[in-house]
Amino acid sequence: MSITRTRIIPVIGLAAAAVFALSACGSSDSLQGGGSSGNQGGDDQSKTIVVGSQSYPSNEIIAEIYSQVLEKDGFTVERKFAIGQRDAYMPSLEDGSIDLFPEYTGSLLQYYDKSATAGSSDEVYDAMVKVLPDNLKALDYSPATDQDSYNVTAAFAKENNLTEIGDLAGVKDLTFGGAPELEQRPYFTDLKKVYGVDAKFEATADTTVDELVAGNIQVANVYSADPRIETEDLVTLKDPKGLFLAANVVPIANADKADEIADAINKVSAAMSPEELVAMNVESTVDQRSSADIAKKWIADNLG
Amino acid sequence: MNVFLDAFAWIFSPDRTTGYLPLWEAVLQHLGFTFGSVAIAALIAIPAGWAIGHTGKGREIAVFLSGAARSLPSLGLVVLLYLVIGVNFKEQAAVVAFVLLAIPSILAGAYAGIEAINRSTVEAGRAVGMTPMQILWKIEVPLGLPLLIGGIRSAVLQVVATVTIAAYVGLGGLGFALIQGIQTRNAAQILGASIVVVILALVLDGAFALFQRIVVPRGVAVQNSSPTRRRTRRAPVPAT
Repeated sequence: MSITRTRIIPVIGLAAAAVFALSACGSSDSLQGGGSSGNQGGDDQSKTIVVGSQSYPSNEIIAEIYSQVLEKDGFTVERKFAIGQRDAYMPSLEDGSIDLFPEYTGSLLQYYDKSATAGSSDEVYDAMVKVLPDNLKALDYSPATDQDSYNVTAAFAKENNLTEIGDLAGVKDLTFGGAPELEQRPYFTDLKKVYGVDAKFEATADTTVDELVAGNIQVANVYSADPRIETEDLVTLKDPKGLFLAANVVPIANADKADEIADAINKVSAAMSPEELVAMNVESTVDQRSSADIAKKWIADNLG
Repeated sequence: MNVFLDAFAWIFSPDRTTGYLPLWEAVLQHLGFTFGSVAIAALIAIPAGWAIGHTGKGREIAVFLSGAARSLPSLGLVVLLYLVIGVNFKEQAAVVAFVLLAIPSILAGAYAGIEAINRSTVEAGRAVGMTPMQILWKIEVPLGLPLLIGGIRSAVLQVVATVTIAAYVGLGGLGFALIQGIQTRNAAQILGASIVVVILALVLDGAFALFQRIVVPRGVAVQNSSPTRRRTRRAPVPAT
């Protein structure tokens, strides 16, 4: 699991969308700010929740959902979105300047414990809770995941009869493409041990999916919620032996404020499915809708 | 200090000779991109710069265009070109971006070198019956060489530092180790790879400084060292 989800191409490819999204956020913020500042005189400080997000569209959508749900519950929400990489925002989360952040169990576990090994969603969540600093509290994790996965083109899957990673064992001349760090990740280095797959590594970084489609690599390491899995007709290989660290979406909250927001946020986590997360990512990157719109629609559809 | 020790330990670790991209191979890729891009930029910018300096025409437009090219963010350009021309031509996309980065300094060095020549020297050439081509090749080019080399020198420095972004589109170079280090939170690796880039830059800069001294024609060196002339000397490569 990559430590950060910041990727340059999606970011730049979405620059236009992001500008719209940001301006949308900006304007709605100022409207709400204007509205709430009128009655904020009586509000105590604890009713203001600062929600942060990575500069990764999918993460921002989840943060936007949290924000809108909290606003419905009468909280004043301050959005600090698109902060960037985990190294950049974790200190702010730890020192209390951000109250709530959508995170991923496996990635966060790995952030605090480099030697963390793979496991089921429950195991990873429990391990993550143990390594969290005392002033941070993990709320319930969601069935929605966004984790590393190995993907092949539909044609390649058909040609070699592939459904799970182990099926690659007999295939010759396999090149796995991914971010530079894939070379060192256990889910690459243990391929031989766990599945008996011989693999060469190619650092394709942001070009991974394009290289796969162009046939320059045979297997691509892509996040499971990446919309291009759908739009480029890729086949995600199943991982029955748990090579990948599970990465369920998990809200990380400031311990002082966790209790008052837990009910509302836990409902969001429970209601969000992996498929919906992918669908929302498609809306964001393919249909270029703003995260505020996508979040609003999801809340209307799922939380009534 | 410990971080620096770790970084040097990373650089000299035997692990650097194995793996997907051994360090020496990354250095070679890095230098390849640097020199390849600067060479292409030189082929374009030097003739253009000499033409501008010799004729005195087109300076405004050159300043304008090279200023605009300088303000292009290289990372955005690499990714944009990559998106436009496709994954099978990503090397070309990166090289185009680096060439655009290198052109302004070389262009400025080429025409500023000629402009900085004392006009009476050129007039003297004309007076003894030199053709415009002879004036260019026998007076303007040799006398302008120090500033031109200065321009190439700063282009090389800019490009050698910027080539690290090639790894964002999977082209290797020292950026590979940097990005891998950032993603795996390996401070020794991040700093180690950065130090190698810094060393490359310093070595190249030193080599060019030496070269710049060597190519100064003997007469110019004497002229420049005489106190009365020193006032008229220009700073190397005026900003465009």
